[in-house]
This record gives sequence, C-alpha cells and structure tokens, in this order.
Amino acid sequence: MRRAPKDTAESVRKISRRGLFLGGVQLAFAGALGLRMQHLQVDQADEFRLLAEENRINIRLIPPTRGQIFDRNGVIIAGNEPSYRITIVKEDAGNVDEVIARLSALVELDEDELNRALTEMQRSAPFLPVTVAERVTWDDISRVAVNAPALPGVTPEVGLSRIYPRRGDFAHVVGYVGPVSERDLARYETPDPVLRIPRFQIGKVGIEARHEEVLRGRAGAKRVEVNAVGRVMRELDRREGIPGADMQLTVDTKLQSYIQARLGEESASVVVMDVNNGDLLGIASSPSYDPNKFVRGISVADFGELRDNDHRPLASKTVQDAYPPGSTFKMVTVLAALDAGVVAPDETVWCPGHMEVGGRRFHCWKRAGHGHMNLEQSLRESCDVYYYDLALKVGIERIAETARRLGLGQAFGIGMSAVTEGLVPNMDWKQRERGSSWVIGDTVNASIGQGFVLSSPLQLAVMTARLATGKEVTPRLVRRIGDTETAETGGAELGFNENHLRQIRRAMYAVTNNRRGTAYGSRIIDETVRMAGKTGTSQVRNITAAERARGVTRNEDLPWNRRDHALFVNYAPYEAPKIAVSVVVEHGGGGSAAAAPIARDVTLQALFGQDPPLDAYPSKDRERIRSQQERLQQVLRENDPDGRSRA
Amino acid sequence: MSYLEYTVKTVPSGWRKILFINWPLVILLTAIAGVGLLMLYSVAGGSMTPWAEPQMKRYALGLTVMFIVAMVPIWFWRNMSVMAYLVALALLVAVEFFGTVGMGAQRWINLGFMRLQPSELMKIAMVMILAAYYDWLPIKKTSHPFWVLVPVFIILLPTFLVLTQPDLGTAILLVAGGGLMMFLAGVHWAYFATVIAAGIGGIYTVFLSRGTDWQLLKDYQFRRIDTFLDPSSDPLGAGYHITQAKIAMGSGGWTGRGFMQGTQSRLNFLPEKHTDFIFNTLAEEFGFIGGISLLLLYVLILVFCIVSALQNRDRYSSLLILGIGVTFFLFFAVNMSMVMGLAPVVGVPLPLVSYGGSAMLVLMLAFGLVQSAHIHRPR
Repeated sequence: MRRAPKDTAESVRKISRRGLFLGGVQLAFAGALGLRMQHLQVDQADEFRLLAEENRINIRLIPPTRGQIFDRNGVIIAGNEPSYRITIVKEDAGNVDEVIARLSALVELDEDELNRALTEMQRSAPFLPVTVAERVTWDDISRVAVNAPALPGVTPEVGLSRIYPRRGDFAHVVGYVGPVSERDLARYETPDPVLRIPRFQIGKVGIEARHEEVLRGRAGAKRVEVNAVGRVMRELDRREGIPGADMQLTVDTKLQSYIQARLGEESASVVVMDVNNGDLLGIASSPSYDPNKFVRGISVADFGELRDNDHRPLASKTVQDAYPPGSTFKMVTVLAALDAGVVAPDETVWCPGHMEVGGRRFHCWKRAGHGHMNLEQSLRESCDVYYYDLALKVGIERIAETARRLGLGQAFGIGMSAVTEGLVPNMDWKQRERGSSWVIGDTVNASIGQGFVLSSPLQLAVMTARLATGKEVTPRLVRRIGDTETAETGGAELGFNENHLRQIRRAMYAVTNNRRGTAYGSRIIDETVRMAGKTGTSQVRNITAAERARGVTRNEDLPWNRRDHALFVNYAPYEAPKIAVSVVVEHGGGGSAAAAPIARDVTLQALFGQDPPLDAYPSKDRERIRSQQERLQQVLRENDPDGRSRA
Repeated sequence: MSYLEYTVKTVPSGWRKILFINWPLVILLTAIAGVGLLMLYSVAGGSMTPWAEPQMKRYALGLTVMFIVAMVPIWFWRNMSVMAYLVALALLVAVEFFGTVGMGAQRWINLGFMRLQPSELMKIAMVMILAAYYDWLPIKKTSHPFWVLVPVFIILLPTFLVLTQPDLGTAILLVAGGGLMMFLAGVHWAYFATVIAAGIGGIYTVFLSRGTDWQLLKDYQFRRIDTFLDPSSDPLGAGYHITQAKIAMGSGGWTGRGFMQGTQSRLNFLPEKHTDFIFNTLAEEFGFIGGISLLLLYVLILVFCIVSALQNRDRYSSLLILGIGVTFFLFFAVNMSMVMGLAPVVGVPLPLVSYGGSAMLVLMLAFGLVQSAHIHRPR
C-alpha cells in the first residue's frame, strides 16, 4: 500500500510526539522507583537492617547451674546430679517407628512418655530433638551409645537435676524444686526468660523457693543463626551464664538426721538452737517426705497419700504451726510479774486446786491443790493457781510485752516458707480482731499459755535461748550465701533484770533436777551437761461433761486427734548454756512423758555430737536407752546416702 | 514513506547486516542477563545449579533467536503479525485444555524441552498486530469510533483468556501494553480519559462486589490487595512476603551486605527469591548502588528503543519498537513496584533477570524484532 508523503510526515510527527511524551512518563516512573529505592535502602536502612538481624538471629538460653546447699560442716543437703535422657531427631531417624522399636529393645521405654513423644514429633519441626525417655540410667545410656550406628537420630543427652541426698531429713527446711508452672510465672512481673526453658526447675517451697533468685543464677545465652523455618544454621557466639550461688545453712546434718530418726512417724517437731548466736542446729518436723519425688514429678497417688495423712507430713510444723504454749509460757508470766515488782521469789500463794475469778472457777491441773507455793516450787510443779494469781496482779499488757521481748508473737525471717507470727494477745488485739472486750478470764487463761496465746516451736526455742542468756538471740538458718556471711545475732542485752532471770533459770533447773520437778524423769546425770527446762501440756479441747459421764477422764481415752499436745523447752548445759531446745509432740499427751524424753535425747546428742555415753542417763533408763540407740543407729545407717552407696 | 518505497540498495544485506545491528543494545541486554545469572548463582548458595546454568543456556538460545529474527527483514515480520497473533491466541486457548497447573493457575504448555507460557508470547504478538493495524489504517481514521473498537477487541480477547487462567499480572500488562500502543498510534486523548474514568469506576465496582455472590476477583486476589494496602496488618500471614521483601531491600543499605551475604535470601526469609523477588536479593547484597545500577541499565534500554524508534520513519517499525519498549518498561516497572511495596504482588517477573524460560525467550525475540526494524530502517 502506498501512502502519501504528507501522511507519512504527519505519522512520524505524531509518533515522535507521543513517543517522547510516553518516554518522559517512563523515565519519570523510573525516577520514582529510584526514589523509592533510596527511601528504603538509604533512609530506612538502619531500621530494616535491625529487622533482618532479628529475623536471622535467635537467642537460645543456656540454663545456669543451680546453687548447692550445704550444712554447717559442708555436707551436701541439696545438690545437682547428672540426669540422662534420650532424644530423637525425626529427620535424622528416617523411619521413626523402626528406630523406636530398636531402641525399646535396649532401653525400657515408658508407654505414655513414648506416645507423648510421638505426638510431639508430629507437631514440631523435623529437625528438633524430641525426648523419648527421661531419667534413664548410665547403663542405658551406654547401651544406646554402643549401638549408635543402628540408631540414627537418637542422641543421649545429659542435663543436671536436683537431688536431695538426705531425702526426708531436710524436706521441710530446704523444700524442693519442680517444673515451672503458670502460677510461678504469674508471681513475677517480668519473669526471667530462663523460666521458659522446657524442663527448667524452680524452687517451690522452703529455702529453695525463698532464695530462688540467689540459687538460680543467671542464664547464659548463645546466639544462633536460623533460617525462615527456624532451623539452626550455625552458632554465632555464646556468653556463659553465672551459676547460682551456693548456700550454707547453720544446720548440722548429723543432728538433724538423728532428730528425724528419733521422731520417727510421730507428728512432732524439734528446734535446736545455739543460744549464743542463734544458729539453728536442728529444725525438724515429722513425719517427713522425700523431696526427690517432687523433683521427678510426684504421682497423684503418692501426693494424695501425703496430703490426706492426718499427721500432715507436708506441714513444716517448726515454723508454720502455732500451738498454745501451755505451761512453757509460765516463765513469761513470772518474768513479767518479777519485772513489775508484784511478786517476790519467796512469796507464797495458796493453791487449793482452783481459783474463782469473775464468777468462774479456774482449775489447777492438780485438782487436789498444791498447797503453799513459792516461785520455784510453782514452776517446777507447774502449779496453775500461782500463775492465775500473778496474772491478776500484773495484767495482760505487761505479760504480752514480756512475751514479745522474749521472741513470741513475731515471725522470724529465717528463709523457710510460711513462717507464722504466732499470737500474743492483748486487749487491743481482742477488740480489733474479735470485736469484744478483754475479760479477766482471758488474762487467767493466757497466764498458763492457754486461751488465745499461740506460739511456734521456733518461737519457743528463741524464748528459751533468751531466758538462758538474757540476750536478744535471733534465729539464723542461712549462714552464707555465695561468699557473703550472714550477720550473726544475739549481741544485744534484752534488758531484763539478771536477778529475775536467775530466779527463773533456777526454777527451770528444778523442773528437771528436783525430785518433785515435772520432768525429773528426763533428768541428765552427767553434771557437765545438765539441762534446765519446762514441760507444757496444751489442751486441744476440754473433756466434755458428756465424756466425763461416760467415764472418759484421761487423755489416753480420747481419740488421737483430740488429745493434748505435749511440749517441752530446755537449755543446756545449765551452768554455761550452749543450746536451747523446744519439742512439740502433737496430741502426745503430757509434756513430761512425751516431749521431755525426746528433748533430753536431742540435747545430749547435740552436746556430744554423737550418741552420749549411757552414764549420762539415770541408771534405770540405761538399758532402754541403749536399745533405742542401737535401733536409731540402724535407721540412720539405712538412711545415710554415703552408707547406701558403699553397700 | 513505506518500506516499499525505499530502495533495497539502501538497506544492508547479507552478512553486512551484522554491522548495522544496534550493538549497544545487545551489550545492555547481555549486561542485564549477566546480573541475573550472578544473582541466580547467589541465591542458589553459590552454585550454578539449579538456576544459573539453565538460565545461561536460555540466554544463549535467546541471543541466537534474537540474531536470527534480526536478520530477517522487518517487512516479513510485519506480514507475519496477524499470523503471530492468531497463533498466540490459539495457544492461549490450548492452554485452557492442555495446560499444566502450577501455583494455582493454568499457564504452561509443556513442550518437553521447556515450558511455554503462551501469555508471554501474546504480549509481543499483540504489539506486532497493533503496530501492523495502525500501519495499515489510514491515519485519519485512527480516532474513528469503529476503528478504535477493533484494536480494543484485539486487546480484550486474549486478556479475557489470560484472566481465566487466572493470571492477573499478565492481564494487566496486556491491557496496559495494548492501550499504550493505541496511545502511541495517535488515538484521541478523549478515549483514554474516558477509559481511565471508567477504570476508576470499575475498580470501585470490583471492591463493591467483594463478599457478594457476583464477586469479580478471587479471594486470594482481594487478600493480596488488602495486604498491599496495609502489609503490617498481617505480618506473619499474607503480608509476610511483602514485609520480608522490604526488609531484604532495606537491610542492603548503600552498598549492600556483600555478594552471597544476604541473610534474608540465604536463610529463605525472602519468598520466590529466584523469580519475582530476585530484585530484593540484588538490592540486599549490592545495596542501593546495585539496585540503582540495574534500574539504570533498564532505563538505558528504554532510551535506546525510543531513539531507535524516533530515527525510524517507517510507521510499523517505530510503533513496534516503542511498543516493545513499553512492554519491557511495564515488565520491570510492575515488578519493581511490587517488590518495593508500591503495588500488589501480582506475579510479574523481572525481565531478563528472573529465572524463567518463556519470558526470557519472548523478550529476546522481541528485541530481535527491534534489531530487525533497526537494521532494515528506511535510509
């Protein structure tokens, strides 16, 4: 086809015009792309570089080694032991079922654990290790290692796990660790990321929980490069963590183990305290439980057994339970009266077996009455009427004040869980808490440690130590955290009249050494280690009129959980006090029969550092004590972790 | 003046044609393909397989095709324009029945040695037929309504076929490429104003249709638009690709992280790193300087096309060259806008750089046409 030259010229002109226009638009758009590039790559480069690094780098935490806990002599109470587990990486294993079949021929695999592992394997990325068996033995690990070529993708891994070699002996003191729960995390505002590591363990109760931060240490970290699906490509660098600080307690393992063995299955508690610096040498509660079970994850059946036991093995009775102190409180009443000057040591009170106060009759434990009683006589024979009389003269406020100065009614922060304050009642307290006014009968009840008064075995030991020294002894359980010694206590004078204290001490000496003393049966013959003490029997409830009519007059006739608590406090040696001891036997009956013998055994054990020579005991007791010692040695040998491993 | 008028003597013949090839253009194309090979080598983790080596063979094949096409006189290709369009159309229909399904769309015909994407072929065939059409059409009739409707039909027929695959990216490129051809041919401004206005209305309607039973786009296409408009709304889901692509680009900075050091692409955070998002790998590893250099190479190709077209007084040739230039421009402009977060992710490869056979061969064929028009221009 032929086209006119004019046409052609116009065509060229038009195409040129539009072509140039379009070219301009194209160049402008390219310019815009260049600007966008500049915006992303120059202006926002830093921001995007950061995002790329965040993509690329994952921080993996390295769990720190938990601090160990030692007793005062360096014996391990809570340590770490290697624990072995077997993991499988799916993509390395190839045929998982076949590998597991071969593995189960070598190692006993738990059905539930295996099923859980298989489901986990289906969900997680194929390159992540999945645990198929935990806490396997070294023999199992060796067998797996030897057969490694036949077990592709199977890796034995080693980690550290908490171990309590003394098992039940320190369960209530040290507590235990367990897997981190949602509740544990909720306690922290910003939980340490290390807590999110699978299988990480956190202190649940006791020292383990109270000193969790110190014991835990700080996690290390390694930075790894990961790809988009999370596979680790390489490790970039690592920073080692700081292991948790070791702790040393004031407790003496040997003494503690002895006490636990001595208490046996009795529902009881014992506190042994150094009167000079407040060190707790023994602080035992029975029956106990094996904290290692909790570390491994206690079974529902085992836990139910502990929880439903009426002897409450889980309770830390030395610090978290408060009992009416009973007659062990009488030292407080008499000290308040002496300080107030309302009584002289030789002044006597007539005990007819009861006393009328405010139209109510208050009985002495001895219905027949004690007759004339002075201070020493009243304490050694535990005459109640004498204290009723003192209480009326001195009043509750001064008694309460003296009780507080002696350490009652306050919680000592020794690092154990749920330390109770106990209760030292006064008028204000009753008005505030009970909404009724104090009546004189309340004072009378309080004077013999009944009624509202409550104290823990720990407080009773502190009270005894303070009476023995006149100094402000405060209990100390943690001796050292890391390299830091905790402060010793017991320096300051309490400010009681030394003469008054001496009167009381002499009376306490009479309790155990005077033929008429309530604890004369539990006296110590060895003069160098004689003790001064006080019995106490605190009523759980009164024997009702109906029961009396049925002929129930004695404690032993009541069901166990309604019998009286037996208490005993003492310090020894009398001349130069070293230790104070408190013993509470729940529903044990009378203090002199149930608590005092335990206190004597513990006192001698603590002072001798081993089984005392039999001639420390009265001659008629020696045969019984000897067989008891043999029996306990047997128990201790069985419980001793070092002895066991040798066997 | 038409090609029949210039004497054959003024046009180079035989092996002399080689001297008249637009060599700078060849060098530019090779440079771009070289960048592509380098990046394919890098994203494979420093390996010629699986991408760099086949791509190199394809480029060699493409270069051969380009030279063969360039040697053939442009008037032959003009006469072949209608045939090319019909063949491409037939292949598009064929792909409906025999096509291979990939990535949720029917796009390929397996030819054994390569997988052919007829929609790629159509891009060039459409430029050819429109150039031939406007060469044939008397200039005075260019803006006549009837003669405007004919090319509209020529454009929309393959567009419809491509949309049913569905391949939104190619459909957009076809409409835009065809429309710009009409614009270059001199169709009156008013038509374009009307179409653009109608287009805006149409887009509005498409959005209105969402969620109704006459929904015009597939759900995944709507979602792509959503995440384009606000990628941060779903950073781990649908917006993940755009976000990661931008991170890859941005983290390159001025000079980049170094060859084969791009963490985003090497660690697979970057999607489709060897095809649609290969530009991000380049920008990550060679930074702003690398990215802007590639952009500059593309712009230079455009400039060479425009200069060559304006020098050419043959109507078919200049329309063809400008059309191919526009198609090329649309390729890289849409791809770059997409990977820089300026446009929805529609699946358009970066010309000559992205891994892929059809696009590479078709583009080299197109530049063969450009060379032919250049060699056989009236003098």
